[in-house]
Amino acid sequence: MLELRNVTKRVGRVDHIRDVSLALRPGTLNVLLGPTLSGKTSLMRLMAGLDQPTAGSIHVEGRDVTGVAVQKRNVAMVYQQFINYPTLTVYENIASPLRVARADAATIDREVRRAADLLRLGPYLERTPLALSGGQQQRTALARAIVKKAGLVLLDEPLANLDYKLREELREELPRIFAQSGAIFVYATTEPQEALLLGGNTATLSEGRITQFGPTTEVFRRPLDLVTARTFADPPLNTISLEKAGGAFLLDGAPVMPVPAHLAAVADGTYTVAFQPHHLALAAQTPGAIPIRAKVTVAEITGSETFVHLAFADARFVMLAPGIHDLEPDTAVVVHVDARHLMMFDGAGRAVLPTLRAA
Amino acid sequence: MEKSWNNRAWFMVLPVLVLVAFSAVVPLMTVVNYSVQDTFGNNEFFWAGTEWFEELLASDRFWEAMGRNLVFSLVILAIEVPLGIFIALNMPRKGIGVSVCLVLMALPLLVPWNVVGTIWQVFGRVDIGLLGHTLEAIGIDYNYVSDPIDAWITVVLMDVWHWTSLVVLLCYAGLVSIPDAYYQAARIDGASRWAVFRYIQLPKMNRVLLIAVLLRFMDSFMIYTEPFVVTGGGPGNSTTFLSIDLVKMAVGQFDLGPAAAMSLVYFLIILLLSWVFYTVMTNRGVER
Amino acid sequence: MAAIGLENIRHAYGPDPKRPADYALKSVHHTFEDGGAYALLGPSGCGKTTLLNIMSGLVTPSSGRLLFDGRDVTGLSTEARNIAQVFQFPVVYDTMTVYDNLAFPLRNRRLPEAEVDRRVRETLALIDLEDRAHRKAHGLTADQKQKISLGRGLVRNDVAAILFDEPLTVIDPHMKWLLRSQLKLLHKRFGHTMVYVTHDQTEALTFADTVVVMYEGEIVQIGTPDELFARPKHTFVGYFIGSPGMNVLPVALDGARARIGAAEIALPGAPGPVEGRIELGIRPEFVRVGREGLPVAVSKVEDVGRHKVVRATLEGRPIAALIGEDEDVPAEPRVRFEPAGINLYVDAWRVELGS
Repeated sequence: MLELRNVTKRVGRVDHIRDVSLALRPGTLNVLLGPTLSGKTSLMRLMAGLDQPTAGSIHVEGRDVTGVAVQKRNVAMVYQQFINYPTLTVYENIASPLRVARADAATIDREVRRAADLLRLGPYLERTPLALSGGQQQRTALARAIVKKAGLVLLDEPLANLDYKLREELREELPRIFAQSGAIFVYATTEPQEALLLGGNTATLSEGRITQFGPTTEVFRRPLDLVTARTFADPPLNTISLEKAGGAFLLDGAPVMPVPAHLAAVADGTYTVAFQPHHLALAAQTPGAIPIRAKVTVAEITGSETFVHLAFADARFVMLAPGIHDLEPDTAVVVHVDARHLMMFDGAGRAVLPTLRAA
Repeated sequence: MEKSWNNRAWFMVLPVLVLVAFSAVVPLMTVVNYSVQDTFGNNEFFWAGTEWFEELLASDRFWEAMGRNLVFSLVILAIEVPLGIFIALNMPRKGIGVSVCLVLMALPLLVPWNVVGTIWQVFGRVDIGLLGHTLEAIGIDYNYVSDPIDAWITVVLMDVWHWTSLVVLLCYAGLVSIPDAYYQAARIDGASRWAVFRYIQLPKMNRVLLIAVLLRFMDSFMIYTEPFVVTGGGPGNSTTFLSIDLVKMAVGQFDLGPAAAMSLVYFLIILLLSWVFYTVMTNRGVER
Repeated sequence: MAAIGLENIRHAYGPDPKRPADYALKSVHHTFEDGGAYALLGPSGCGKTTLLNIMSGLVTPSSGRLLFDGRDVTGLSTEARNIAQVFQFPVVYDTMTVYDNLAFPLRNRRLPEAEVDRRVRETLALIDLEDRAHRKAHGLTADQKQKISLGRGLVRNDVAAILFDEPLTVIDPHMKWLLRSQLKLLHKRFGHTMVYVTHDQTEALTFADTVVVMYEGEIVQIGTPDELFARPKHTFVGYFIGSPGMNVLPVALDGARARIGAAEIALPGAPGPVEGRIELGIRPEFVRVGREGLPVAVSKVEDVGRHKVVRATLEGRPIAALIGEDEDVPAEPRVRFEPAGINLYVDAWRVELGS
């Protein structure tokens, strides 16, 4: 169990991490999701013991380890850059943490081969890292982190420098590899899609603060505030400020859409209404879908789906519609919001509950 | 935070602290000690207070030497920095030429100071030196022993020969770290050779240039060996720099008190000027 | 703006290439039409960046010709080709203001200052950086810097083409969306010939009207996004495009029926006489999970937000299917293949199915 208690990290006059409390259990995969400079790397450095917090404390199994040097923390780290010993073979690279720990030859051989099998590096053990593809280099770095049998494995955007398809393959394998280890895994990424593919738990970060922490799909479907909802949306979350008056949402005094049943009890007032791009459709697919009139800005076709960028009053919406819709700019369309997935946030950005009902 | 002070890492630093204490702090304290006392030999010391400092700061001899130092540093900076940049820009970026150039450039840096002095002393002699003799043969009146200007030219040339390589190597390191995409973008934008230098290479060399200027300034301000070997500070006092004067005073005249005061002032001036240089140049960097 | 013709372009980086493997590009022959939005898509090492550099003049091909509107430019320098390029990592002139960055290519070409000012102002509006015009480019964010790179191309209204080399690599996901749709809009408005190199299928498919898929130095398919999705010409295209990629199952043929082990699948038509390794390709989007069809063993269901990925085995072969966000996998699940989504491959190349 790794616990951060009210951890703050200030550098100069800037707070890189603000009052973060977090408890991570062994055998779990925990994603830190947030844009560049939101504090993901700072937080990992604190967890590793590379940096000391300005305030707050860090506990492992209940023991206060704040200030204990990184060498004594039993952590492993994998970076965005492929960091391996360039002159050593893949075998020796993977073996290096075991040699440092003075393991006997038989143990080293057994552990290296096991890790190599897990990461499909078997055929490349005698090569040097620079003779490998980027994906294989990063697999080597991952294998090294795994044989170390560290209690805490930190992965800082490990797939960011890889090709799209390679990322996809590794993402699919990683949860399986993690599950066999029993360590606490912390995985930083800027991509919501990556968090969803990895599963596990997700902590969303914004400006050095953790805005929400929980099972990944839970955080995705039931964000507790607007910042979390925005951080965890790709394509970007659709938002618009509307006035709720009884059973209708008003924009500039004119009703634009009805209030869905699950939100009918909410007090009248001004709210930010939000919904995910895939909850917007050209045809009414679910009962109670809310039709709205919008204008096409541009349509991007991906083959199986179309991202339609829409203008609705002053707001810009993105619709992720299945199928191919070659809509010319400035076409007027009627689109439908899936009412069940509509979210409301109050003036302070807090979610108005009950928000989402998972189907 | 407290815990990091209890860290055993501090023991690791201890040897260095002891070494620094013996090599720098202790001698410095000795100098401070000398600078406020007077001695007539026999290890008898009398308290002199700030007398030596007052005398020093009022003496023309000190200020003249100081002036020579400043002029010398500025002259060699004005030559070595542009020349170094120019050579670095024209060095090859790949192939066998790179290592050949780098070795050639590093050669002068490997020659000890006094050897450089001796080389030039012989090189410039009118009777047997290649340079001196050739110049005389083509009718140029050159003699570093009798003509102050010639003496200066010789010392400056010597320093340029010895140290421009350092600037070249630093600039070269800065240049090769510029990603190819910048040059490509500049070609696409139709930039001239000068524009590439002005807007890509120079800004990217900013940091290494700062280091080069600082190193060359500090080093040239402390110049001693070369003029000592070649001109011995002459003719007259024309190449008597602070350091040469200092040695004359301490070793030649055994004026330990004034010499100690002078070396302290000298030390503070270098510290101050380096700090000014550093601040000015880094501020310019920030502004950019 | 110009059409870019590639005539039998081959390129090898090493001297004296002999085997086909020595070539980074193996005979590329294609024309990028004037005003088109193209993407070159493929994994690293497929030759897409080499091809882009050949177009921009940074690399001279070992053989073949490059034509801009029919004019041979193979021997011309980058400057003389009049193209613009946006690189993977933002290239801005740090010491200049945003305004001067945009003015730089024009001033280099000695345009009158009044004209420079007019065009720079126009471009600043296009890339939404008007409010930062007089700030130094140094402190800007990655996406703003990339906009400046693009702006330096847009500001020259006579460029033959704008080339992009994985321009969104260092941009955060949210900004990627914004930049990409702005780019698409700029293309629709001004009709520059644009060629965009990427390994990211989403970027390629959303940006381009025509996608050129490359693999090991060759073009394997050129098509619109929906062609690449619905009718991949090669199993590589099926695998590379789509997340997850196409399911490729080895089958035995029996007229208009395909057999996988004991399971039988009706094809929408019978192929002509075929010989070789026969495979059936079906995208996860066209695999229906329900109570009808072929029995499968489900190993995992991945909830990826807007849909779920069902991982299963069919006759011992792994197969992926997509189901909706609000759907569940029934007990004793079976799968059915949508006939419209079935493709047949012989030795990895697609064959037409007669009706």
